[in-house]
Amino acid sequence: MRTDLRKKLRRERWINFSSIAIILTCVFMLYPIVYSIFLSLHSHKGLTSTFVGPNNFVRLVKDTIFWQSLGNSFIFLIIQVPIMLVLGLLLAYLLQSDYIKGKGFFRMALFLPCVTSLVAYSIVFKALFQVDGLINNCLLALHIIQAPIHWLTDAFWAKAAIIIALCWRWTGYNTMFYIAGMQNIPRDTLEAARIDGANRFQEFFRVVVPQLKSMIVFTSITSTIGTIQLFDEVMNLTQGGPSNGTMTVSMYIYNHSFKYSSNFGYSAAMSWVVVLIIAVLSLIQLRVTRDKEG
Amino acid sequence: MEKLKKYGCRGLTYLVLIIAAFLSIFPCYWMFIGATNTSRDVTSGRVLPGTALAENLRNLFDTYPIGTALINSIIIAGAIVVLSLLVTSLAAYGFEKFRTKISEKVYTIYLVGMMIPTAAMMIPLYRMMGTFGLVNNRLSVIFPAISSIFLIFFFRQSFKTLPNAILESARIDGSSELHTFLYIVFPSMRATYAAAGIYAFMTSWNSYMWPMIVLQTDSQKTITLVVSKIASSSYVADYGIQMAGLAVATLPMLVVFLVLQRSFVEGMTGSVKG
Repeated sequence: MRTDLRKKLRRERWINFSSIAIILTCVFMLYPIVYSIFLSLHSHKGLTSTFVGPNNFVRLVKDTIFWQSLGNSFIFLIIQVPIMLVLGLLLAYLLQSDYIKGKGFFRMALFLPCVTSLVAYSIVFKALFQVDGLINNCLLALHIIQAPIHWLTDAFWAKAAIIIALCWRWTGYNTMFYIAGMQNIPRDTLEAARIDGANRFQEFFRVVVPQLKSMIVFTSITSTIGTIQLFDEVMNLTQGGPSNGTMTVSMYIYNHSFKYSSNFGYSAAMSWVVVLIIAVLSLIQLRVTRDKEG
Repeated sequence: MEKLKKYGCRGLTYLVLIIAAFLSIFPCYWMFIGATNTSRDVTSGRVLPGTALAENLRNLFDTYPIGTALINSIIIAGAIVVLSLLVTSLAAYGFEKFRTKISEKVYTIYLVGMMIPTAAMMIPLYRMMGTFGLVNNRLSVIFPAISSIFLIFFFRQSFKTLPNAILESARIDGSSELHTFLYIVFPSMRATYAAAGIYAFMTSWNSYMWPMIVLQTDSQKTITLVVSKIASSSYVADYGIQMAGLAVATLPMLVVFLVLQRSFVEGMTGSVKG
């Protein structure tokens, strides 16, 4: 039996190369995941914990701030992600046009926001969005608004500020993926469309977008996962305010773990609800796009 | 009329791209400009460079532990880049070139793991670090970041383009697997390693949530954390100092990016193919 197992292991030669990574992942990812399930069934006060079974989850249902953060995360998701993906597609398409000179410059410029740290750009945008800041001054000078917008002190405008900042930061990222995808579209397909008399609009909607489907699904799912876990930006731009108007689930989990009473069990329970939501959303997105292909 | 349409279309394309490029670059530009201006100038929306750079930098370095923070960031990022590139490329090589039924199953579990939100792992990871006695230690930031699932995915996609013929002929020539990897695979994937290196450096340098949780004293904090604290803790915001801090925090990343950006974009777009 022993030599049998040894033979089997020897055949799995990938283990030679992948073992270190796997061990590290087991220690720093698998174990924490399992441990957090265990945590979510307990309630913590300081260092002591008592087993409470599903009580954390029951408490979650009644937690209005949790639902508010979830709602905020969803608002960001539903508004920001589509805008960003559409912009990204558009920019990628325009950038790939044959006649554009200076593609390298434009690519670098559009990707520059992605190189900035989330903390840095959040602080910059916080300064820009001040009541007496540059953005208000520009809008006033162009007579687009009559009075300065209270970007950071009004729940609605604070959300808008975050959405604008997110679009600035992440559009270029998705644009790069779409450019990569477009480089894979065979020239013949585009040529054929052009010969058939398609103009730019038709070429974009009927040829390019369908070819990019897997890329669009990829960016859509990764953007969804990223937006639901929004933390750095809200922490630095609005601190979740005003009055929890921009609080996201990740920030609420963080607060419960390290700011309030350090009830790790409760925050672990919240994390698992988030995992569930992400899984469901990703599955829905995969299902929907697969159906269309059918 | 046709010509007008054509040139109109082109003009519009350029216009949109130029506006997008301008909007993308402006906040970065404004940040660096802000570092050279006094706080009052910054809030009044001045867009030209000023003369307060030296003053801002002096105040910045005097009031906050910027030097220490920079060193911490560099140590952590450096360690993560070297270690994670090594570990993940080896793992990806194993997954791609020695495929078995079991390895594919393990790989799929890995991909699913990419979807787990970091928030779910922070808390138990923190407790774990407490048990190891690694809280407030740079190692607690370095270790979890080494086995990056994204990098394994990225490397594997790139290794798909490596022709097996080369590996076969190396094996026939009697080269051991490790030898093959080091002397044949590694040199021919330089662009991929450059791109992965930039990604790893970027992710590590800019990481915020986990370092914030686990690094607690100023002597251990990264520059990203210190800069964030500057912006959120002052009673009266001195924007000049804030911008100077951000500029100092962003500069290394920017330099690395600008120098290697060509191979980065190449590596990223090249590996996503197929």
